[in-house]
Order: sequence, then structure tokens, then C-alpha cells
Amino acid sequence: MKNLILLFLLSFTVVSHASESVELSSPDIDISDHKSLERGAKNYVTYCLGCHSIQHIRYLRIALDLDIDEKKMLHEIAPEGAGIYDKLQTAMNAHDARKWFGVQPPDLSLIARSRGADWLYSYLKGFYSDSSKPLGVNNSIFPDVGMPNVLWQLQGEQQAVYKTEDGKKVLAKLVIAEKGVQSEKEFDQTVNDLVNFLVYVGEPVQLERQKMGKFVIFFILMFLVVAYLLKKEYWKDVH
Amino acid sequence: MKPSRLTNIGNWVLDRFPLTNLWNDHMAHYYAPKNFNFWYFFGSLALLVLVNQFVTGILLTMNYKPDATLAFDSVEYIMRDVNWGWLVRYMHSTGASAFFIVIYLHMFRGMLYGSFKQPRELIWIFGMFLFVALMAEAFMGYLLPWGQMSYWGAQVIISLFSAIPVVGDELALWIRGDYVVSDATLNRFFAFHVISVPLVLVLLVFLHIVALHEVGSNNPDGVEIKKNKDANGIPLDGIPFHPYYTVKDIVGVGVFLLFFATIVFYMPEMGGYFLEHANFIPADPMKTPEHIAPVWYFTPFYAILRAIPDKFAGVVGMGGAIVVLFLLPWLDRSEVKSIRYRGGIFKKALLLFVISFIALGYLGTQPATPLATTFARIFTAIYFGFFLLMPLYTRWEKTKPLPERLTMQPGIEECIPALRATYDEITLVEPVQTENGTVLKRKLNPDGLIKVLSRLAINLKKKFD
Repeated sequence: MKNLILLFLLSFTVVSHASESVELSSPDIDISDHKSLERGAKNYVTYCLGCHSIQHIRYLRIALDLDIDEKKMLHEIAPEGAGIYDKLQTAMNAHDARKWFGVQPPDLSLIARSRGADWLYSYLKGFYSDSSKPLGVNNSIFPDVGMPNVLWQLQGEQQAVYKTEDGKKVLAKLVIAEKGVQSEKEFDQTVNDLVNFLVYVGEPVQLERQKMGKFVIFFILMFLVVAYLLKKEYWKDVH
Repeated sequence: MKPSRLTNIGNWVLDRFPLTNLWNDHMAHYYAPKNFNFWYFFGSLALLVLVNQFVTGILLTMNYKPDATLAFDSVEYIMRDVNWGWLVRYMHSTGASAFFIVIYLHMFRGMLYGSFKQPRELIWIFGMFLFVALMAEAFMGYLLPWGQMSYWGAQVIISLFSAIPVVGDELALWIRGDYVVSDATLNRFFAFHVISVPLVLVLLVFLHIVALHEVGSNNPDGVEIKKNKDANGIPLDGIPFHPYYTVKDIVGVGVFLLFFATIVFYMPEMGGYFLEHANFIPADPMKTPEHIAPVWYFTPFYAILRAIPDKFAGVVGMGGAIVVLFLLPWLDRSEVKSIRYRGGIFKKALLLFVISFIALGYLGTQPATPLATTFARIFTAIYFGFFLLMPLYTRWEKTKPLPERLTMQPGIEECIPALRATYDEITLVEPVQTENGTVLKRKLNPDGLIKVLSRLAINLKKKFD
């Protein structure tokens, strides 16, 4: 019986390891850090919006939530021609997208909620040169990815180092072969800001929700005290 | 003295409607056993959650679009642009999971204290129909956000019907209204989710409560309070439901809301169990997710389905896991109702059943590896064994003598002194030298801990005899 229980528990450690082929690294997510979110928004518009829309949020909402002046939002962050009430639409149309990439790049409104921040962070840092692929890059988190490494100028060129495990060639680590515009630390910050922004965009209300939660729980606690005293008063003659 | 206008209006109504009688029959003069414990909160909580689902559900329909091209976006619209929409949606999605937690605990209470036994078989049957209706309600509601898991979960479950011989494929087609889950399916599920099934639920709740109030509530001792009545025909161990249990249930409501609000405001996804991560991707009929898992409350039954190799047999097994619950009043042949006076075999069997139910629930969320399937088979066997062997082990086992009157066990608040004594026993107060002089500090006392643990083990052992 004991062995059976042990086997039962062991089986899941095996299962959980098998499903995670690559270890994910964690970004520092803090959506109350408006400066980081603002940098993330700016970088998103510069590097991502060309292909990926965020159709569930408007520039105005971002400006209001992050305390950015509307004028500043339009001049410094939003692409030229965008209005404050516009959603974060991409300029690339679906027809061209299918012709160029085979698929329409997904909308990223909820990507942080479906994939998680760790995945996004590791994915954006996981591109490496692979001449056998049509776009010249592959990804350690998302093998045979159909997206080019749009941040290569910032990051530089990454190359994969392989090792042999059980007779199979597996990825050991990624190293920078050619330096980019940003240092490794600066690039980590850039990716962190981007992921932070995507987490915010996934659920813009989350800060407000957590702030409100304190009051609601305090109210319920007070209600509970009154309710308990009332119950005690009524029940004192029940034996 | 001239009666006031308000009294006149009141009398006008009372002459035409038995409001006073209704109130007295079901609240003020409905006598409930005085020894209800923790497990008896979940009935009223289920009613609370039902009301929550109705109110938030109605608000959601005001902005939701039951249309395959609009549904997903309309949910996000509710989450972002509708005032308080996020709160309403999270209350509804958390409420769905809370409903099952509350109902599972409510059903477990029935099993603990034999509330399904004679004369309450019909209450149990109505309750089981409620459970089935609730599962239908939850299943159809889960399609509405039109995410990947909504879509593929529905696809998998509806395709189960096609395993039925002869009529299967036609039946699945008839349910979907299309060859795959599509706009037609979404529309009919919406209609069922917001109108038909809620009506059935309300009707069943009514029947459940009417049947309960006819025979009276069971209690943790499983002794009928109607056997001991005073001169006025009032049970000696009974207290009026109102005000005693209304004020007590309000405390339960407060504790429940504390948990509920914590989830709604701080962890509405509950780590992917209440809102699955893959459901934040819009439904895509061309792309099957690599791992399709239903929401947690269906996973025990889903694990049973997968554990059985043949598809049709699996469907029968899954259905059987629910049907067998209906038969519980006739499977249990024990003389006594409550677990307090049953023998050790039933206690151990119930414990095994709980373990297998939870383990199946866990396995249902995991990918079906060969090892996991083996375990799912073992637990499926235990699940069915608990029910199908019940006529044997409940008839043979020796029960304990029943008390004449209800017993009063210490309540939660009366346990506090004992808990404090235990805390004192497992800790030691030691003077510790710091910069500011000597300070008394509590430290763990290993000897005390061992003593407490061994006492706990002996008590547990005794409880299972």
C-alpha cells in the first residue's frame, strides 16, 4: 500500500517534468510601475504593433490608467495618425499577413492571460540564429516559430549551444554572438517592460480590483463581527 | 383605536393570501434540530450562490452577444468597457465554481449523516436532479465565452453522445445543430443556459425544500427529533428555524463571502482552475489544443470516462458514476443514519471514497499518461466499489447504540481554549538575549509536538473504529 502511494506521488513529478521541456525564466512584473508600463507601451508601438494589434484597448484608456497626458500619448507613444479614441490596431491587413507569414499574427490583448508572463519573457529572449529556418531564426521556447526576431537590433545575435543528452542533441543555452545596441541588462529591462505592459493590457482593471478588494474584505469582516455577536445573543438560551 | 391604513392594507392581503401561514410553516414555526454543525451551512449557501448567479447572469446577458463572431469580444467588452462589468463577470465565473464546492460539501454532509435515508429519500432524489441540472447549466454556460477550452470542451463532451450505438451520430448532430460545434450550438446553449435550465433549477429547489419541510431536517446524530415532543407537539430538541438558524446562517454567509471576495478580487483565475488559461484564446475550429481538460468540477467524472478503454463503456461509466448516487438511499442498508454511530467499515469506506473522488478530480486535469490511467482505473474501481459493495458492508457491520436525545458537541468557538492549550504544549517560552536585554521568545517544543501528534493519531484511530 505504501509503495502504491509513493508510486502515485512519483508519477506526477515525472508528468510535470515531461510537460515542461524548457525552463522558463521570470520577469519582474509590477503593473503599478507606470514608468515601466509607459516604456513598454512605447516599445510595443515601435516593435510589435506593426503586426500585432491589441484591439481590446484604446490609447485613451492607457493614457488614463498610466497617468500619461493625452497629448504626450499621441505625440510620443501612439503611431502617427492614430486618434486618442482609437484601439491599438495594426497597419498590416489580414490578406498581406497571410501572404507573408502564412497566418495572421494574433491579437495580443489577452496573450499574457493565456500564455503567462514567464512564457512571454522567455519567448522574447529565446530567439537564436538557425539558418535552416525560412526566417533565419528559431526559438528555444516555441520551436519552428513563424515570427522573426524583431528585437534583434537591441539584443544582438544569439546562438545556440547544444549538448548531448540520452544520445539526443538538445539545447543547452543561448549565448550572444554579436552585440546589439543594448547591453544584456538593458535588453532584459526592455523585454521586462514589454511583458509588464502586456500583463497590464490583459486585464487593465487589475490594479483597481486589488485596491477595491481591501475595502470589500474589511466591510465583510465588520459584517461578520456584527453577525457573530447577533448569533451569540440569540443562541445564549439554547442548551 | 382605529386601525392604521398600513394595517388595513396588510389585512387586505392576508385575507387573500396565506402569507402568515407560509412564514410560520417554513420559518418561524419550522422546528430544526438544535445541534446543526459546520456541515449544515452549505444548503443556505447554495441558495445564496444561486441568487448570485441569477443576478450577475441577468446583468451579463445585457451586454453579452450569443453569436460565434461576437461572443468572445463581447465578454472582453464586459471586462473592460462596461461599468463594473469585470466585477459582475468574475462574480459569475467564481460563483460557478463556488456553486460546485458548496454542492459537493452539501452532498458529502448528506453522506456523513445519512440524510438520504428513510424518510428523506425523495429529498435526496430531488437534490440529485438538482445536481444533474446544475452540471448541464455549468456545461452550457462554459461554452458561452467562446474561448478555445469552451469550444473544444463542448466538442469533446457532445461527441460522447456519438458513442451510443445506432442513434449516436444522429443524436450528436441533433444536439449541436451542425456537424461541429458552431454558431447554432452557441445559440441553443445560450437559450438553455439563461432560460430553460434556470427554470428547472428553481422548480427543483422548490421541490427539494417542500420535501425537506414535510419530513423535517436530519441532524448530525441521525436521530428523529419528532420522536420526543412536548405537550404542544413541539419537538423537545427542535428550535424555530427563524430566528435561530437565520442568524446562524448569516454568520455562514459572512465567512463564505470572505472567501468569495478574496477570490473575486485577488485571484479570479484561481491559477487556471476557475478560468482556464487557454480560454483566453478565441475559439478556433481549425486548431485543437494539445491538452483539453474540462473545468475542475467535472474532472472526477472525466477521469472515469478516460479510465475505461472502450469509448461507449467509458460514457456508460461516467453516467453510471452519477446514476449510482441516485441509488444511495437503497444501497445503504445500515440501521443508523449518522456516521457517529456507524461501524468502522463504513467510515473507512467513506474515507477511501473521498480520497478516490479527489484523486480522480486531480487526474482529470492531467494528461492521460499510461501511469495516470492506471491510477485512474484503481480509483474508478474504488469509487464504484464504495457504492456497489455498500449493501454488503453496511448490513454486516456492527453499529453503536443511538442516544435517546440529541447530543451537543462543542462548537467551533468552544474549541478555542483547547487549541490554545495545544499551542502552549507544542511551544516553549524561552528567554533570549538580544541587544535590548532579555526577551521572551516562543520556540517549537519537539517533545510536545510528538506528544500532540501521537495523541492526534490515537484519536483518529479511535474515530475510525
